[in-house]
Amino acid sequence: MSSIPDELHYTKEHEWIAGVDDGLTLTVGITAYAAEALGDVVYVQVPEVGTTVAAGDAVGEVESTKSVSDIYAPVGGEVVEVNTAVVDDPSLVNGDPYGEGWLFRLRLEGEAADLLSAEEYTALTSGES
Amino acid sequence: MPRPTPLRGVHTSLGATLTDFAGWLMPLRYGSESAEHNAVRQAAGLFDLSHMGEIFVTGPQAGQALDYALVGHLSVLEPGRARYTMIVNSRGGVLDDLIVYRLAPEEFMVVANASNYPAVAARLAERAKGFDAAVEDRSEQYALVAVQGPRSQEILAALTDADLAGLKYYAGLPATVAGREALIARTGYTGEDGFELFVANDDAEPLWTALTEAGAPHGLLPAGLSARDTLRLEAGMPLYGNELSTALTPFDAGLGRVVKFDKPGDFVGRAALEPLKDVPPARRLTGLVAAGRRVPRHGYPVVLASGGSTVVGEVTSGAPSQSLGRPIAMAYVDTAATGEALAVDIRGRHEPVEVVDLPFYRRNK
Repeated sequence: MSSIPDELHYTKEHEWIAGVDDGLTLTVGITAYAAEALGDVVYVQVPEVGTTVAAGDAVGEVESTKSVSDIYAPVGGEVVEVNTAVVDDPSLVNGDPYGEGWLFRLRLEGEAADLLSAEEYTALTSGES
Repeated sequence: MPRPTPLRGVHTSLGATLTDFAGWLMPLRYGSESAEHNAVRQAAGLFDLSHMGEIFVTGPQAGQALDYALVGHLSVLEPGRARYTMIVNSRGGVLDDLIVYRLAPEEFMVVANASNYPAVAARLAERAKGFDAAVEDRSEQYALVAVQGPRSQEILAALTDADLAGLKYYAGLPATVAGREALIARTGYTGEDGFELFVANDDAEPLWTALTEAGAPHGLLPAGLSARDTLRLEAGMPLYGNELSTALTPFDAGLGRVVKFDKPGDFVGRAALEPLKDVPPARRLTGLVAAGRRVPRHGYPVVLASGGSTVVGEVTSGAPSQSLGRPIAMAYVDTAATGEALAVDIRGRHEPVEVVDLPFYRRNK
């Protein structure tokens, strides 16, 4: 069972979102569950800083040896920062998915809707595994 | 439900990620597939290949039956030696690629891919009619464990008295390994030196355990199908379903050399293949190395880099390459596009690729 920190929010696309409760800037990454399912991540493409995205937009991609997955914007907003370290060293996604493996930060515009709690995401992934 | 191999319990206890491959529940990876890949290149890897099929053809005319049933000239194979060959349909389309071992003058073992062996066994039985030869699919009785990598011989030598140093590439011998009867073959699908060990199902787990223990000081890791796929791709080896299919002849795949027209008698596919032997194929299996980091994958179109959207080929296999540090792919590319700068359409964006000779990786001998 991979870790699912209580303080984060989640999406059905296996992304995590930090900062929903206390700020306008949210940090986005992929969950440990997703990283394990992908295997060794070899390439990460993140959106460009300054891009405005809508919730559900495909804004990047994560490639592993066997597969490639889109990264979606979990909420609408402007991309204010991207993790260049993870672009240079994609293995950070496997090694520290909730920490150094974060992908990008968004300034929230509007509401953060349809996000899952840790409990709901746990239920989702235990159903899939 | 996919079928488990006799090593299912071992895979589960190792925490393997399992996947359905050709109807079999197989280990995709145990930990990091990159580490498994590198272990095979630098030390050794241990594979469960029990999904492969073993079909025995025996009798006074077993060799002649195979000469008729397959494109190769198997009746001249020396006992103890093996050949890479193919079985085609009457139109010359590839039904499977095979390794045939001559175990004794009147005994051959045909090793077929997991997805194809029931069909291969059926075709062999049909084609052997009229010959004094019997065809028996013994796939259910055999497990197959492979040790691959530069340290393979040292590891295996700790478990057997067999003359491994004297065992040539594409040769096999019956031996005792870790107290179990095994057929040791010096064959593989990784581009490295290595051995494939055919054993009875019940002997698979003790053999695996013995190899794991003997291999530990040498850096041996269990390796899954993900590493196997990237290893064979670097070695430029075709995978049935990707580079080979019934829609392609051996000539289309650049493997016309396996078709032995000079053998005596007719064989299935001769009439269809003979006119093709001097015809340059319209497409050629081509090695591509990506300039960027996005990976060309199976089914992606190959286009001219000069722009437009002229499709000149299709990727059959692609993956990030540990050995090259860049993504690699094999693709069928129109010979008319030879010399042109190429790109691969990776989900809507054209990524430049360099055309290189196959294989991508060749071990130092």
